Amino acid sequence: MIKVLLAFLVGGGICVIGQIMMDVFKLTPAHTTSTLVVVGAILGGIGLYEPLIKFAGAGASVPISSFGNSLVKGALVEAQRDGLIGVLTGIFDLTSSGITAAIVFGFLAALIFKPRG
Amino acid sequence: MKKGSQSWVFNNNPVIISSAAVGGPFEAKGALAEDFDLLHDDIWLEQDSFEKAEKVLLEEACDIAIKKCKLKKENINFFLSGDLMNQIITSSFAARAMSVPFLGVFGACSSSMEGLALASLIVDSNSADYVIAAAATHNASVEKQFRYPTEYGGQKPPTAQWTVTGAGAALVASKGEGPKVTAATIGKVIDMGLTDPFNMGAAMAPAAVHTIETHFKDLNRDPSYYDLIATGDLGSIGHSIASDLLSQHGFNMTSNIFKDCGLLIYKKDQPVFAGASGCACSATVTYGHFLNRMRKGELRKILIVATGALLSPMSYQQKESIPCIAHAVSIEM
Repeated sequence: MIKVLLAFLVGGGICVIGQIMMDVFKLTPAHTTSTLVVVGAILGGIGLYEPLIKFAGAGASVPISSFGNSLVKGALVEAQRDGLIGVLTGIFDLTSSGITAAIVFGFLAALIFKPRG
Repeated sequence: MKKGSQSWVFNNNPVIISSAAVGGPFEAKGALAEDFDLLHDDIWLEQDSFEKAEKVLLEEACDIAIKKCKLKKENINFFLSGDLMNQIITSSFAARAMSVPFLGVFGACSSSMEGLALASLIVDSNSADYVIAAAATHNASVEKQFRYPTEYGGQKPPTAQWTVTGAGAALVASKGEGPKVTAATIGKVIDMGLTDPFNMGAAMAPAAVHTIETHFKDLNRDPSYYDLIATGDLGSIGHSIASDLLSQHGFNMTSNIFKDCGLLIYKKDQPVFAGASGCACSATVTYGHFLNRMRKGELRKILIVATGALLSPMSYQQKESIPCIAHAVSIEM
């Protein structure tokens, strides 16, 4: 139960930051999303994002900042194994399932549905 | 004839012998549904894109206006039209089908009155007998062009406005019965440095105020000359800014004569944020609702001040501010 509460607070907190970026600092939705990805990547790079996921579970792994963390994590793992070239091959390693799912399901939805506005 | 710094007075009485307003399903549920000649229950209008649907709206408005006064397309000398698509394709493509000599106009949402002012000038100078002035917008095509496609799911702040799906057309003639276009004031581009495309009303308000004040000065009139003065699509925020600015400058604009088309077209419970917008907003409300009221004798003298935000998606991305304009046309019965 306490895990659910922590997930709600941390995940909700990340969303509040995103909302403030849009409403107060007038960032576009695209800029807001990208900024959260970059912040997640930086936190992942200096080893702070994994502890956050351990602490808050889905509260940290579901928001888009987790995508940045996964990009860096994949790059670091392959960099250790293959050297510098691993940064290039590994960057989309962990995230490829998410990206492919977005493309495939987006395509399927576009086949079936017609926009209403 | 030019009068004052930026106004025209039309001494030969160009007359709006017929007009038409066409709308979509959201307008059908609105407050002025009865004043539309044709309302569609589907935003696609049986087309395969929203842009094509917008073109159909414009063609229908022109067809209805021509049929109402029992004329044919061949009788029309010139067709003036504007819209909000890139390169005003809605107007150009409608003109392709109409096969009438065409002048495209762009003043963003002020295109409606820019077209009517120019059409009246052409008729007044004996350069034509029948000229159509028209404008169209489609909610979905404009959202895609200027903001985000609806399916993207971007949030909208309360200052945002709702683009009208519709088209309005007025047939201006040298002779005939109907409301007469008596004067027009062409606006200057005013830029107060606002940059938020989700708050166009506030950006456009100073342009509306400038044009209204210049209109009164050029023609030596005051607000009491008119039964109704309506801005195009300032919405709740822009319209209250304009009211405040005008009263600060000594013009007493009472709320029963100073209206905004963007606040009239929909019902209070429709979720349109700060109000309606788009070329079709002032075009449908003027060519439908207001002209109907004039023909019924409820209004005698009206001033329509269509406002336009002259930004492009590119200028916004390059962090330019939003230049705005307003054109005023005086119509009298």
